[in-house]
Amino acid sequence: MLYIFCPHCGSRSQNEFAYGGDATVKRPELNKEISDQEWNNFVYLRKSPRGKHLELWHHISGCRQWIKVERDTSTHEIFKTYKADELTE
Amino acid sequence: MSQDFRLDNIGMVNRKKKISFTFNGKKYFGYEGDTIASALIANGVHLVGRSFKYHRPRGFFGVGVDEPYAILQLERNNERDPNIRATEQEIFEGLEVKSVNCWPSVNFDIGAINNFLKMFFPAGFYYKTFMWPPSFWYKIYEPFIRMAAGFGEASIKHDKERYEHKYEYCDLLITGSGPSGLASAYAAAKNGARVILAEDKPRYGGSLLSSDVNIGNQTGAEWSEKIITELKSMSNVIVKNRSQVFGYYDHNMLVMSERISDHLPKTQKYLPKQRLWYIRAKEVLISSGSIERPLVFGNNDTPGVMLSSAAKEYIKVYGVLVGKKPLIFTNNDSGYETAIEFKKNGVNPLILDTRKEPSSDIITEAKNLGIEIKYSYVVVAAKGYKKVKSADIAKISDNKKDLSNIENIECDCICVSGFWTPSIHLASQSGNKSEFNEKIDAFIPKKSKQKENTIGSANGKFTLEETINEAFNKGYEVSNKITENNNKVSIPTVVEKKSSEHDKFWCVPLPKGKSYKRFLDFQNDVAVTDIELALREGFRSIEHVKRYTTLGMATDQGKTSNLNGLQLVSDIENKVVPQVGHTTFRPPYTPVSIGAIVGREVGKHSKPTRKSPMHEWHEKNNAVFVDAGVWLRPRYYKQGNETLFEASKREAKNVRKNVGVCDVTTLGKIDVKGPDAAEFLNRVYTNAWLKLPVGKARYGVMLREDGIVMDDGTTTRISENHYHMTTTTAQAANVLSHLEYYLQLVWPELNVNVVSTTEQWAGAAIAGPNSRALLMKLFPNTDVSNEALPFMGYKEADLFGIPAKIYRISFSGELAYEVNVESDYGNFMWEKIIEVGKEFQIQAYGTEALSTLRIEMGHVAGSELDGRTIPHDTSLEGLVSKKKDFIGKRSLSRSAFTKPDREKIVGVVPLDKTTSIPEGSYIVKDPKAKLPNPKLGHVSASCWSVEYDNPFSLAIIKDGKNMIGQKLFAMSPLKNKTIPVEIVSSHYVDPEGKRVRA
Repeated sequence: MLYIFCPHCGSRSQNEFAYGGDATVKRPELNKEISDQEWNNFVYLRKSPRGKHLELWHHISGCRQWIKVERDTSTHEIFKTYKADELTE
Repeated sequence: MSQDFRLDNIGMVNRKKKISFTFNGKKYFGYEGDTIASALIANGVHLVGRSFKYHRPRGFFGVGVDEPYAILQLERNNERDPNIRATEQEIFEGLEVKSVNCWPSVNFDIGAINNFLKMFFPAGFYYKTFMWPPSFWYKIYEPFIRMAAGFGEASIKHDKERYEHKYEYCDLLITGSGPSGLASAYAAAKNGARVILAEDKPRYGGSLLSSDVNIGNQTGAEWSEKIITELKSMSNVIVKNRSQVFGYYDHNMLVMSERISDHLPKTQKYLPKQRLWYIRAKEVLISSGSIERPLVFGNNDTPGVMLSSAAKEYIKVYGVLVGKKPLIFTNNDSGYETAIEFKKNGVNPLILDTRKEPSSDIITEAKNLGIEIKYSYVVVAAKGYKKVKSADIAKISDNKKDLSNIENIECDCICVSGFWTPSIHLASQSGNKSEFNEKIDAFIPKKSKQKENTIGSANGKFTLEETINEAFNKGYEVSNKITENNNKVSIPTVVEKKSSEHDKFWCVPLPKGKSYKRFLDFQNDVAVTDIELALREGFRSIEHVKRYTTLGMATDQGKTSNLNGLQLVSDIENKVVPQVGHTTFRPPYTPVSIGAIVGREVGKHSKPTRKSPMHEWHEKNNAVFVDAGVWLRPRYYKQGNETLFEASKREAKNVRKNVGVCDVTTLGKIDVKGPDAAEFLNRVYTNAWLKLPVGKARYGVMLREDGIVMDDGTTTRISENHYHMTTTTAQAANVLSHLEYYLQLVWPELNVNVVSTTEQWAGAAIAGPNSRALLMKLFPNTDVSNEALPFMGYKEADLFGIPAKIYRISFSGELAYEVNVESDYGNFMWEKIIEVGKEFQIQAYGTEALSTLRIEMGHVAGSELDGRTIPHDTSLEGLVSKKKDFIGKRSLSRSAFTKPDREKIVGVVPLDKTTSIPEGSYIVKDPKAKLPNPKLGHVSASCWSVEYDNPFSLAIIKDGKNMIGQKLFAMSPLKNKTIPVEIVSSHYVDPEGKRVRA
């Protein structure tokens, strides 16, 4: 079980969180004309890297804030966590 | 009753307390502190089981977790427990154990015929036999194999014992209370660290209890007693015995299983049987010690052949002799320690040492005691079937290949020592890649992966002085990183006898013309020939050899067999062990009971149960409940001998004719507040929200980004910047997460807050033609006329002094209102509604009637919004705005979603107007078409229409709009039914929606 540092609450066990997927995906702006391909990439296509991955976690049984976590997908090492609105490195 | 093999003046069992127990129906006795193994050995019992494959007799091999043989079935307090190791289970008054894997008895076992058919059970026989004829598999082979396989039977009864989970945090977790564990725990605790010290046995001290050493002028046992007593008195230390740390997981979380009551006749009140600890440790010191390695020779699985360290521990800890004519077979000095203990207790052992001319303090002591020693000697084969009776021994040449002077000598046990294997399991589980150490012929941990260090013999340190020094230093060093107290304790002086190096010899060659079975894995019956065969057949990777031969795959996970297997493979392949590598160590280190893993999350406790404030009323009025997510909702209210069908029909009819009331507390409710709330809802829902006036409700549909309907519900504008959103019962939590996602990550510029208010409000839906008349009586001071409170209107009102909210919304399709009050007043509201409603023939209705009402109205619910449908499919396309953008809108223009013959919701009526259509049925054109019959769609929900008194179903079928009026078939292969049907509009009752607006 991972031990995730929530920037709002401190270090908490994984079972307080829900996984939210790739944090680098940006939703296309509203009312913007975009191609099928672009929309498809946004909705369906995700990278599945081995190694560093910036991902979203929702502190669902805690402060209910979405946070960004930089984690190594093969070793589970967590390098850094960010608040939702914090700029990532 | 005397015990022939019990010694009078040695051991740690409580001689004042006799305990009787039964083994295979026969009564024996032992003393408090005995294990089943020690008590049986004291009584001279060595035959306790039969082996897995060949059903060869099985005795005792070890004295702890490494035991591969003595697996028993236990009956305790009317509960059955399989896979109990006799070497670990302590006896208690009334304990009942029996042998497994034998029939009709352990003495006379039919399955032992396998031993004579062993040529038919080579490595991989599972893959080679039982292949022909194929039809035999299900009826003959599989049932036969299932009957023959396994160690014991699990109970099929409900386990009434209690198991607990516990979460704990500490600075330092130390796994094992041998010399290194005690020393490091003491050093760390004195330096102020929060320490947990875990010991899997009942007694602390590990090897100190049975070795002849001296620490700080005390014997090993005295010193460990002193240290543990002091540790127990310290407030920053948790000391736990009978507790096995069995798994090392991510981010320094370890899991430990504590056997609290297994050694007691009955679980004590307020205590669980077992407790599972989740321990998050800042640092871990692995002091799990080492396990003695067996030597491989002919018939080395005969009862009476056991590890020499085990024989020593039986003498020192339990005061029990494993034999009176012991043969010690060793390649190192450990065997001498055992021989010395035998000698000191009046038994004359014979030592066979594979080494040519060893010399050390221990060997000198043995000689001085007059113990007979034969150098360059080996055991060729044990003789005897159910117990060792003698042994063929021989002189071995210097190159260890040739045997000479073979002779048979009488003995009643053979104690073997092939040196020691560090228990690196936990370090390996943490991700530590181990390395092979030539000096000790075993793997030891390499670089720490997580925050772990391995110390003592688990780290390949086999002298006490080295171990104690390393442990004191590590305990201080690791704790000081955390506490920075700089409080160092002095290291006591250690006196131990010097030993010499072990012999790199582990497998006795076969004498000419003999084909003795030489076993590597004692629990899965894997012999040298099996490994040889696997390699001949082309298996190379050690992981493949393991799976093909099942070496190390038994419940002991190869604790005594792994290294000998690796040695053999590397010998045959002309490689060295590190080239062969070792198989992966995975948790659990020892078997863990399912009960402990599940903990208290059993049955009703597997998920929380949520009840509405009106629950007690429902119970009193014979409600039959149904699980709706985590909620319990009344399915119907039973009157007399009514069936579900009769009751739900009565309730639904009453709604259509008079008035009914339904508990809708479980609906998800979310408060949406803030100046940008309207804009936010406008982006979340498919329809337009900017112009909704205060005091009005609107039905909305929200999509996922992929265009699939996520949820639906009504949202009411309570005030300028305050909306009350409702969701379906099942999706409430997901919708809240969804809204938070967009507010926090996608549109943080929107000034909106959302919070769940599901539990703050109790809700009652009042539906039926009489509902307004009832409302007028409930709220005499409020104008609830059609003009003042129109369809989709909202009003705050006073319910006999309680503030209430009235929403004029309808799921049943009738004139209906939902009344909400604060949860604490829920029951008051409900009772008032029932009381006042009497004159209008009010009846409470449950979810079944609710379903009937919504189905015949063609209102969609979870069975239509099933995660596969878009608004069009469920006839909600009218709610999709063409003007504005919203979540998921771009997906709706994908080609698959705009196909003209896309699925659409329709109504289905059986032609005979009597046969109900099973939910999930396929709609097909031709029921006799060739399989696979092309299906048009499926039946999503079925009911008995109370309006027309015939069955009615909803279905989502291809090109549904153009199918209306067609005669098709509903097929249910599961129920084996084919029903001719007519496709009709999904709005079966009141298609114009006049009633809700009445």
